[in-house]
Order: sequence, then C-alpha cells, then structure tokens
Amino acid sequence: MEKLQLLQGVAAPLPRANIDTDIITPAKRLLDANRETMHQHTFEPLRFLADGDENPDFILNKPGYRDAVILITGRNFGCGSSRETAVWGLRGLGIRCVIAESFGDIFFNNCFQNSLLPIRLPGETIAELLAEAGNDQGNMQFQVDVANCTLTTPSGRTITFDLTPDRQTALLEGLDEVGQTLQEDAATAAFQARDRKARPWIYDLGTVD
Amino acid sequence: MSQPTTLFHKLWQAHVVRSLGEDLDLLHVDRHLIHDLSGARALTDLQERGLAVRNPELCIATPDHSISSQPGRTLASSPFGERLGGGLRKMAEAAGIPFFGLDHPNQGIVHVVGPETGFTLPGSLLVCGDSHTSTHGALGALAWGIGSSEVVHVLATQTVRQRRPQTMRITVDGELGQGVEAKDVILHIIGALGVAAGTGHAVEYAGTTIAALDLEGRMTICNLSIEFGARMGMIAPDETTFAYLKDRPLAPKGGAWDQALAQWRGLRSDEGAVFDREVRIDAADIAPQITWGTSPGQTLAITGTIPAPDSFVEAEQRNNTELALEYMGLSGGQPIAGTKVDRVFIGSCTNGRLPDLRRAAAVAQGRTVASHVTAWIVPGSAQVKVAAEAEGLDKIFLDAGFEWREPGCAQCVATNGETVAPGERCVSTSNRNFVGRQGPKARTHLAGPAMAAAAAIAGEITDVRNLTAVAEDK
Repeated sequence: MEKLQLLQGVAAPLPRANIDTDIITPAKRLLDANRETMHQHTFEPLRFLADGDENPDFILNKPGYRDAVILITGRNFGCGSSRETAVWGLRGLGIRCVIAESFGDIFFNNCFQNSLLPIRLPGETIAELLAEAGNDQGNMQFQVDVANCTLTTPSGRTITFDLTPDRQTALLEGLDEVGQTLQEDAATAAFQARDRKARPWIYDLGTVD
Repeated sequence: MSQPTTLFHKLWQAHVVRSLGEDLDLLHVDRHLIHDLSGARALTDLQERGLAVRNPELCIATPDHSISSQPGRTLASSPFGERLGGGLRKMAEAAGIPFFGLDHPNQGIVHVVGPETGFTLPGSLLVCGDSHTSTHGALGALAWGIGSSEVVHVLATQTVRQRRPQTMRITVDGELGQGVEAKDVILHIIGALGVAAGTGHAVEYAGTTIAALDLEGRMTICNLSIEFGARMGMIAPDETTFAYLKDRPLAPKGGAWDQALAQWRGLRSDEGAVFDREVRIDAADIAPQITWGTSPGQTLAITGTIPAPDSFVEAEQRNNTELALEYMGLSGGQPIAGTKVDRVFIGSCTNGRLPDLRRAAAVAQGRTVASHVTAWIVPGSAQVKVAAEAEGLDKIFLDAGFEWREPGCAQCVATNGETVAPGERCVSTSNRNFVGRQGPKARTHLAGPAMAAAAAIAGEITDVRNLTAVAEDK
C-alpha cells in the first residue's frame, strides 16, 4: 500500500448528505472495472450531464477545485454497496482524504485498504470547513498531518482528528493487511484445530449433489 | 454466575483467533460466498501475489450479478456474462472452490443460495464481498459485507480483521395487520430511525413479531440492515430456524446435527444483557410501505402523502427532499397512491424466495397486468424456481401477463444490462432506490412482493389491501 504521511492541497466542498457508492461509481461501470480507469466515472451522475459533457456546476469541475486532494462532504458518505471501486475512483481523481460527519462502515474500512484517509468530525466543524473551503474559488491550501492527527485550514486553524494506532501505522508505513495477517497463520491453524473438535460441522460440509 | 451477554457477543467471541488491540480482533471466517462481480478478480489478484486460497472447502462461488435473467439464457446472453461468470468458473475450479454455474441446480443469488443449501448455519461467521451479506444473520450467523481487498484477505488467510461494533436491539412486538409483511416492517424501521442510525452497530432483531416470521421473512429484515447503516443484522435461532435447516444438503446430519443443535440452542441474548442502544417498535403502527425518494429511508405508508420540502425544518432535509422529488418526478403534498408505473420487478436477495413469490402470486391469481406495464418475476435461485414451478406459480404469473425469468440479481442492480429506461418508474421488491441504481435516471419505488404485484395489476401504485378486499368480497 502507498504511504500517506503529509497531505497538502485544495479541499473541495460537496455539501450533500447520504452520497452512496452507486453515485460514486455507478454499477454499470463495475463490470470492466480496474483501478487505473475507474476515475473516469467517479461521481458520474453529478459530474457529467446527460450528453456526457462535464456539469459546470459540480464542484470538482470548477476552476480552482479540479486538483483537490481533500473532499469535505455531508454525513453518511459512502453508504450502500460494498464496492471498493468507489475508493479507487476517488483515488484516481487525486483525492487522498475525505472529511465528513459520518461514513458508511464498509466504505470507511475500504478507504484504509487503499491509503485514503477518512476523517470524522462533528457537524458544526464540517459546516465551518465547508465554508472555508468554499471561499475564494478554491486554491486555498489545507494540510493533513497523519503522524500528528491534525488538519490545518487555510486560515491557520488546527483541528485534531481520531485515528486508531494500527491504522495510523499502516498509513504512515504503507503496510498491507494481507502481509501482516499471513504472519499470524500459526494462530489461525491452532484456532481451527481447536474449533474442529468443538464444531466439526463447520469444517466437514456435505455436498449438494 | 457469569455476566449476561448478547447474542452478538457470543458469536464474536467464538471466532477470535487473536486480539490485535483494543476492540480490534482477528476473526475466523467459517463461510465465504463468492460471486461473479468481484470473484474472478479477487482470485486473480491472489494468484498474482503468489498466494493460494487457504480453505477452498469453506467457500461457495456462483454467478448472480452479471448474468442474464432471460429465459433460455447462456453466459453470452449478457454483455459481461462470459467474462465475469466464465472467469469465475475458471478461477474457482482452479482453486478447488465448489462452483454452482448456470447449468447447476443450486445456482442463484449468493444470499439465497447460502441459507437454502444449509451452507449458512447458526453460530457461523460468514462474509461476502456484497453489502447484503447481513441477510444470513436471519439464521443466527454473524454475517457482513466486505470490500474487495478484504475478500483477498479472507481468501489468503481465512480470517478477517474487524473492529468490534456497538450493539443495538430492535424489538418489534405485536401482530402484523392484514397485507403487512416483513419488507414493510424493515422499511418502516428504516423510515423511523433514519438511514444512518445503524452505522457502527450490529443489530439484533427480537420480539414477538420477528419470532412469528418465517425464515424467509427474517432474511428480508436482516437483508435491509445495511440500508440504515448496520453492517450486521441478526436474529436468535429458534425452532423455526432448526426446522428450516434440517436436511438441507450442507447442514450437519445425524450425530453432528444433534451436537450442533445443542450448541445452537444457546445462541441467544441472555436475560438482562445490555445493548448500547434499544429501540421498540409496535407492529400495529406498521402499514404496507412504498418508498417515494432516492434513499430507503424515504418511505411512506401506502395511504400517506409525499412530503413537501418545506415541511422540513432542517435545511439539509429540505434540500434532500427537493433533490429526491426532482429525480423521482413527483410533487410534494400529493398522495403516493395513484402514481402511474411502467415496470414491476419482483425478485432479488431481499424478496426472491418462495414465500415472496407465493404472496405475489396470491395477488396476481386470476388478474391481468395492466397493458402499459412490463412486469418481471425473477426467482432468487434455481431451487426457488423449481419449487415455484412445482406449485404452479409460474403458470399463475404467466397467465396474468408477468414474465417468468431465470435466477440472478437481474434488475435489482442491473449490472447484467437489464436496466429500467431513463424516466421510467419501477415498483421493485429489491433493496435500493438510489439515483441510477436500476439504470441511469431510472425511478425506483421499493415495496414488498404483494404491493409490487398489486402495482403491476393496477398499473399504478396502489394499496394491496384494496385488491385483496375486493377478492374476499367476491
């Protein structure tokens, strides 16, 4: 996994609640999905008009916000489908951090598998951040410091956020969960040996034929 | 005496391989369901990393998302069927994972196949790369949807790293009114609590209403847990559960069945167990539901009025309502009944099981689908289809003018190309009325199978109780 230590850049305000992963990556785009091209369809229903042209009213199409690295948005962001393509699509657009009052649980988890940092902050703080990010047509620099769990706004305000130590370490060092868990395989084998005695039916399935 | 504990806690503790920190555990995965939308890619990722599937015998793979539901279908009948369904076959067989292809009598939607084969068991921990995996909690399993990176993790290690969620119990007591079914119960709950109320929680459903439901109704309830943010929904297993599972092909047999049963009877929240949140719902308050907006929480009693944006005090809710009404082509302040529909879809992992089809058939019997409506019945699995045909349900539907199709996710998620056209209005027994879910600009109204069948007959959103009342008068 790619490391994420210090992030600096523009934050785009998207003040809308319950943006689901079907909006972030529509289902029809999942079929030939790959990490490299998914960004072409990110936010498709919002970002493009019916004729395929860019929607000039969508924040990431506006001058000053096209290179945003942070998204500030409404509550329950990423609810719905488990599709990890939503995270790929955001990463492909250059977004490395999403700030919201709350997130869909599966999306929140998926972010950490792809070096995207989701930050939960209280609703009133989000309202203030949206206002600050919406000022002056973008081009305002926000900074996220993963090691110190701080967000610094263009006005110089510093806000701390919560991040569990394991996730912080994984982001800072770019650790991959599969690699880490493979080290635990002896524990898994011991669990199965013990459990097989207690619940043999879990391991000895019949067949359907 | 030990501390009273919740069903959730018992299920969780039984699967801890190792604690990885405060509230973070490495858990053993007993059951892993794999489908065509992400399966082949996950197995390919694994192979490219030089890793093997650790326990292929604890997995089942079947195509459901990408395949056509057209009668006489092959993998080539949908745009990505060969690539995704065929790809899954190749990768699953190479890995030694049991695979139920299009020609197999157990093919179907993963969340229908798991319970009906007895793959899903009380006390098991089950995951799948699909958010509606919460369905399996209806059997007293600990089950939730995971992302594609986690799918690779489970394939490689047979474990999942998981943070312990908070607990919530939703108790529904009382008898359901005439024409009210499980789908109405859960839509009512989502409408009452809001679409994010369950975030970060594992939900246990309890109470006399839940206990009176058949297993399929309980699956409908648990299935929609994710639609109010809860990754896991569960119901303590009881005699209904055991009767449902007995003699299912992958369920334990003989002495193992007796041994399992003895353990399963202990899978319930103890008297006095404490939940982080408790909610009580009175069954008498629940009417047949229909959604009006673009989020499952935007639901109404069928007798209700579509909300007007200015009826909300909070600016965000006003804004959400305006956006939803515009997308849905509806006006606030109007009754929802009488809204003309173009399509009806009955099926999905929410409502594609035999009792669902029976309820729809009871409404359809002796009636005719309105001439301007295209109405589909898509059984949730090959087993459901065979059982329905043995009862003659297919004949009832065909006689009424419904299409009787092949099992899969079909128009719920429309990844197989079976979309609702832009601007068309569809009453659907599926799980999501999101913007673009059934196709770009498609307008989805979620409801139960009886209400959906009634909409097909009437050609508009209608109260199923009026139709059944007419039938009873005859």
